[in-house]
Amino acid sequence: MGEAIVITSGKGGVGKTTTTANIGAGLAQAGHKVALIDADIGLRNLDVVMGLENRIVYDLVDVVEGFAKLKHALIKDKRFENLYLLPAAQTRDKTAVSPQQMIDLVDRMKQEFDYVLIDSPAGIEQGFKNAVAGADRALVVATPEVASVRDADRIIGLLEAQEKHNPFLIINRIRPSMVKKGDMMDIDDMIEILAIELLGVVPDDEAIVVSTNRGEPAVLNGQSRAGEAYRNITRRLLGENIPMMKLEEDTLFGKLRKMIGFKG
Amino acid sequence: MFDLFARVFGRDDASKEVAKDRLRLVLVQDRSSLSPQALEDLKNDLLKVISQYMEIDDQGFKVEFSRNENTTALVANIPIRNVKRKSL
Repeated sequence: MGEAIVITSGKGGVGKTTTTANIGAGLAQAGHKVALIDADIGLRNLDVVMGLENRIVYDLVDVVEGFAKLKHALIKDKRFENLYLLPAAQTRDKTAVSPQQMIDLVDRMKQEFDYVLIDSPAGIEQGFKNAVAGADRALVVATPEVASVRDADRIIGLLEAQEKHNPFLIINRIRPSMVKKGDMMDIDDMIEILAIELLGVVPDDEAIVVSTNRGEPAVLNGQSRAGEAYRNITRRLLGENIPMMKLEEDTLFGKLRKMIGFKG
Repeated sequence: MFDLFARVFGRDDASKEVAKDRLRLVLVQDRSSLSPQALEDLKNDLLKVISQYMEIDDQGFKVEFSRNENTTALVANIPIRNVKRKSL
């Protein structure tokens, strides 16, 4: 019996889909059998991020409505034999599926896969409720900006209300140079405010744009800092104890300041 | 030059501090799920209770969230006009 993990955030555009694709690819690379569900019905994107948009025949709604079999709707990844995508329907909306139908679907998929990752849509309405319904665990993605942190806090409250306890935080798109200047909240600030456990920190990285352009998850790119961050996140999810990666080398100046005791 | 100075000594006006302060306050309201209307109701209830004991200037009466250091508090500022004498 596998585990279902929902990736959610409240606010749109903070990196849910990218995170889902990268953790999915990371888990598959580690040898696990993984299925990704795009729960963003009407605005599907996980297919393009994975580079699988040309292979879609059936979708989630087809399966739920009994129009297609699950095994016919699942698309096998190009790179990994053990990675599959269940795409969202593009011409329907969030009300095409109910939370109970999602629970049934996810439970079925957990029989077959080690990990079922559910990419949640933005918002707190039915799409979010559907995405969360069948999940055993939740990962909350937030960027170090007030709007994102505020929405993440709201989502954490809603997850609690749905009995999805102890979600993990993924801080995305942090910019070390801005953190250093005091112009961006750092990891400690975010944890202090949101008061949940940190799973990982992903630095802002142009390689993500390039990898999305190509439809190849950055986690497979050995040169990318964000890719490295996602590899670490994947290993932590698997229970390994991996230290948080250093976002930037300490400068002589920084060390000096720390030595003297000024706050940095 | 100022930038260098600020970086050496750490700045209290760093924009992330502003962000954190604003977030803390707004999250108190979000988390308590107190709508502005609910806060107004709370204020009126308080006014009613306290008015039984003293005469309050209800124009100057204010209830709001405030933050200092590490705590968030619900602060009520209640200007007193007159304390009622208890009849024995």
